[in-house]
Amino acid sequence: MDIRFQDVGYTYQKGTPFESKAIYDIDLSIKDGSFTAIVGHTGSGKSTVLQHLNALKKPTEGTVTIGDRVITNLSENKGLKSLRKKVGIVFQFPEAQLFEETVGKDIAFGPKNFGMSEEEGLEKARELLPLVGLDETFMERSPFDLSGGQMRRVAIAGVLALEPEVLVLDEPTAGLDPQGRKEVMNMFHSLYKNKGLTIVLVTHQMDDVAEYADHMIVLEKGTVMKEGHPREIFKEAGWLASMQLGVPSTVKFAHELEEKFEWTFDPLPLTTDELAAQIIEKLPTRGGASV
Amino acid sequence: MMDKLIFGRYIPGDSLIHRLDPRTKLLGAIWFIIIIFLANNWLSYVVLIAFVLTAVKLSEINPKFFINGVKPLIWLILFTVILQILFTSGQTIWFRFGPVVISQEGVLNGVFIFFRFVLIIFMSTILTLTTMPLSLTDAIEFLLRPFAAIKVPVHEIALMLSIALRFVPTLMDETEKIMNAQRARGIDFGEGNIYEQMKSIVPLLIPLFVSSFNRAEELATAMEARGYKGGEGRTKFRKLSWEGRDTTVMIAFAVLSGVLFVLRT
Repeated sequence: MDIRFQDVGYTYQKGTPFESKAIYDIDLSIKDGSFTAIVGHTGSGKSTVLQHLNALKKPTEGTVTIGDRVITNLSENKGLKSLRKKVGIVFQFPEAQLFEETVGKDIAFGPKNFGMSEEEGLEKARELLPLVGLDETFMERSPFDLSGGQMRRVAIAGVLALEPEVLVLDEPTAGLDPQGRKEVMNMFHSLYKNKGLTIVLVTHQMDDVAEYADHMIVLEKGTVMKEGHPREIFKEAGWLASMQLGVPSTVKFAHELEEKFEWTFDPLPLTTDELAAQIIEKLPTRGGASV
Repeated sequence: MMDKLIFGRYIPGDSLIHRLDPRTKLLGAIWFIIIIFLANNWLSYVVLIAFVLTAVKLSEINPKFFINGVKPLIWLILFTVILQILFTSGQTIWFRFGPVVISQEGVLNGVFIFFRFVLIIFMSTILTLTTMPLSLTDAIEFLLRPFAAIKVPVHEIALMLSIALRFVPTLMDETEKIMNAQRARGIDFGEGNIYEQMKSIVPLLIPLFVSSFNRAEELATAMEARGYKGGEGRTKFRKLSWEGRDTTVMIAFAVLSGVLFVLRT
């Protein structure tokens, strides 16, 4: 399912003295089956853009097209619910949304709202737990007795239970330890690879963008500054720095090598594997033996 | 929904009213609410309206804010006004239809009640729009101080008030975030019958309670870690100072009370 923004703007508290413009003139498209990363530092309008992806907010200007639904300022609120099933959002610190007595019930909460029975919902929860790295013994536990990382996984399972076509992730690894961060990101990547989910990732982690994304949107001060493949965008390290954004450590390392040995990396390596492969090519072979 | 609430919002400024001591403004607002009940004829209401409008003007705040302050209460006001009109017995009957009797006195009372509501709202809006919530709690603490003699925990009450006020915006943000998260999971807030609506509140309230308790615990730990131990011997960062203009305002209120007494019929 494609999502397209045309001249989208959103103004908070329009028409009051507290009016403030959060985003403006936003044009972007998220293609079906893509892994899109949205980057931008705090206050760039990321969260506001995010809430337009499943019509939690209606644009005050312009149109948002989600699949075949067109959302404008004048759209009715009726029937937006079906969009929420198609576009699942994992908000920042999603563990704040847990409320049920047991993990199983909490995961089943979303499906139940979309018409599944209690049993089907619990069945769904049982299926999903291994997918987020927990096991069935968690079903009957209270979500409030879990560790932070486990709560995060339960909350993510609660969104996956809706079986969305598009999964939106708002800094899903914030506050997790490096191991947990890696596991969670790998989980999303396998959902993307194996289940064909469209993924939208909002993040500060440029390494994650380089590793997983095939499309990148840079937001700054409420509008889109650049949209394209990460490989193209990471070429401009200077420009990114002026946006107070960095480059992934692979690109940084490649640049350092370029300076030191007068090498040129082409194409720009994004993952560690790509970088390693290119370095091997460039290393002079010694004594006839390959490295 | 929530961003329409104007109540309790501070608008920074440097007008005469902004610079008044918070004690003056708090006392003034309370005093005003008491003396407004002295007014019982046209002339006294004209005086009161002029007084409030002058205060609004002096606060240098867009009058739109004050109108917005009245809006959320308009149904309550109209309801009270209609009750007054219908149930005040009077001599001059204007209209009679079965049990419904509308008299001149009733209408007059209704109009007076309407203005009484609006003026009280305007006056308290001036107080909240021009005074930082924390200054206001300072003022409350000061005014309650005599009660410390009869073992009222004045400092603790003031601390509770300022913590509560401090966390209102945080709680609002939190509410919005959790609402979004639950709406994304298929909840429709404010739709369906009353039972459904009540049920939809549970997934909002539980996370709010949980995070409030967590936050309270963290705050308590942070305060203890920085050596907080109550009001005893504690000095203040914001010192209240009574200036000439505060005395002037108090005199103005005294004069207003006098005028209302004289005009009373």
